[in-house]
Amino acid sequence: MRIVVCIKQVPDAKDVRLDPVTNTLSREGVKSVINPYDRHAMEEGVRLKEQYGGTVTVISMGPPQAKAILSEAISCGVDDAFLVSDRAFAGSDTLATTYTLAQAIKKSGAVDLVLCGKQATDGDTAQVGPGLAARLDMPYVTCVKKISAVEDQLMRVERMMDDGYDEVEIDLPALLTVVKEINVPRFPSLRGLRKAKAFDIPSYSAADIDADPDQLGLGGSPTWVVKVFPPECKGERSMIEGSLEEIADKLAGILSDSAYGA
Amino acid sequence: MLLIDTEACIGCGLCEDNCPFDAIHVVDGKAVVNDSCTLCGTCVDHCEVAALAIERDESEAIDLAAWSGIWVFAEYRGGKVAQVTNELLGVGTELAAQRGVKLAAVLLCDQSGDVPQQLIAAGADIVYTVEDPALADFSDDAYGNALEDLARKYKPEVILAGATAIGRSFIPRVATSLVTGLTADCTNLAIGDDGHLHQTRPAFGGNIMATIMCPKHRPQMATVRPMVMKANTPDPGRQGEIIVETIAPVRLQSRARVVRTVFSEGEQLNLSEADVVVAGGRGLDTREGFKLVEELATLLDGAVGASRAAVDSGWVGYPHQVGQTGKTVASKLYVACGISGAIQHVIGMKSSEIIVAINRDPKATIFDVADYGVVGDLFEILPRVIEKIKERRS
Repeated sequence: MRIVVCIKQVPDAKDVRLDPVTNTLSREGVKSVINPYDRHAMEEGVRLKEQYGGTVTVISMGPPQAKAILSEAISCGVDDAFLVSDRAFAGSDTLATTYTLAQAIKKSGAVDLVLCGKQATDGDTAQVGPGLAARLDMPYVTCVKKISAVEDQLMRVERMMDDGYDEVEIDLPALLTVVKEINVPRFPSLRGLRKAKAFDIPSYSAADIDADPDQLGLGGSPTWVVKVFPPECKGERSMIEGSLEEIADKLAGILSDSAYGA
Repeated sequence: MLLIDTEACIGCGLCEDNCPFDAIHVVDGKAVVNDSCTLCGTCVDHCEVAALAIERDESEAIDLAAWSGIWVFAEYRGGKVAQVTNELLGVGTELAAQRGVKLAAVLLCDQSGDVPQQLIAAGADIVYTVEDPALADFSDDAYGNALEDLARKYKPEVILAGATAIGRSFIPRVATSLVTGLTADCTNLAIGDDGHLHQTRPAFGGNIMATIMCPKHRPQMATVRPMVMKANTPDPGRQGEIIVETIAPVRLQSRARVVRTVFSEGEQLNLSEADVVVAGGRGLDTREGFKLVEELATLLDGAVGASRAAVDSGWVGYPHQVGQTGKTVASKLYVACGISGAIQHVIGMKSSEIIVAINRDPKATIFDVADYGVVGDLFEILPRVIEKIKERRS
């Protein structure tokens, strides 16, 4: 089984803060990490390989710095990794992104299974997985919390729904997006770290993946960001102050009245 | 690419201060862009001397006028129309009025019964109904192909769907097949003076809002969070047109089939419908600390909510998460304990009637949306408040 896992470099959510003075994002000292959901996709790929054989290739589309997360992926047990990186990709929305990823995956050879995190924590769209499946003409299941069976040309998985879950049988080749419940990702192993150190991550340009320039980046993106602004404030609030007793007293009153009706 | 007019640039640094990607800097008194630029346009918006611009292809791509009408995907599962569908018909009514077009609902199911009439009562002028056993269970292939085929036939200018498990799963596929734009998890929709749909959502990790347009492609597609838009009051006497459609059988074949559906009745958490929600965040420090939130919630007959930080720390399960990637609540009372107030969380709770925030950091942004705020130590305040509420009740 040849498995491809798509991963994205995102700012560490723990570090991103709103500057209270300028009301803008403060990214000072913000680390870049593997999108948390993608870690679970990677782990699931490695587990499938360990159980059923095959190879796991990790790919990322991003700036040259994204090689760092691909290297980390190698240390966590994946076999192969490459980056797709080109100035022409700047400004890509999800439609241009899925085009680029699909071209890269097609170029890399035949695939049995593509795994993605359910969404990236910076964009939070959850659109790339399903869009990529459409580009690759693959069936897909989103928000998979368990792969319960793998057979010849078939998989059985559990999909999280708003009101429970569905057991779904899906034909291979296929694409799955996964949620955190699916597994606990492993830490890099010593052997993995040694391999990662020796592994030179290849980087492919738009031309390398035979991409149509019109479908890339800003020009290939139907959606345009036309305005950005800080979130609105409610404005009128009353701060409860005083001694601990006074605060607790007032607060207990407000909570009881609101919860049980005055 | 980003164009910098070095004549106009005064080196004020507003672009540098506002760039979410650390991609533009003032060097020797002029703005210089680096490779981290994603062309998001934030700097262009903030530049006060119009020295920045993004070069775009302004040519007309398709005949926009050929696409007309507002569509809502009617989500129907387990014999029920999802509440978000009524909310979409609510906002859809306004959008259709602004555009002077009709509002239609698309119903994909095995048996429609009186559902089309319900959709008309909720605001639809037209209901396109496809009835087929292949549509009994949700399937990305069958639902995706059916909606795509109908959209190609009738050419609506807008398609809206709920940002639910179903909507978030198959709508991106439809947008990709139709080669058009899709904006996820919108919190506001409006028709601009330019006639395009202005779609607003939290962006860049959720700490800033972005308005997004799809000016050269149709349909304009968006998913919308449940509990954000307001439904119309149902009018059972309302008249509308029901159009029965059939989809080619080959287009309803699915390569992924539902074998079994498990509804989590008993343990299902009705966070979205709770009158009282007590939520905790990173400020609770530990799983032990989080128990204070659970105790207060139980005492107030409320549900337990959490920020992403608390869920990621493993103090409470994902079904409790409130925010952009969790549940949206519109409770009568929302108590935010030790939650900093990232917009990603605020989006999910700001519609609550009374918001009480307790945080040790006086600058926490949660206070911006609160009706009552307390700056102080949760571990001192919460136990005293719990005691006092118990006294009041006894």
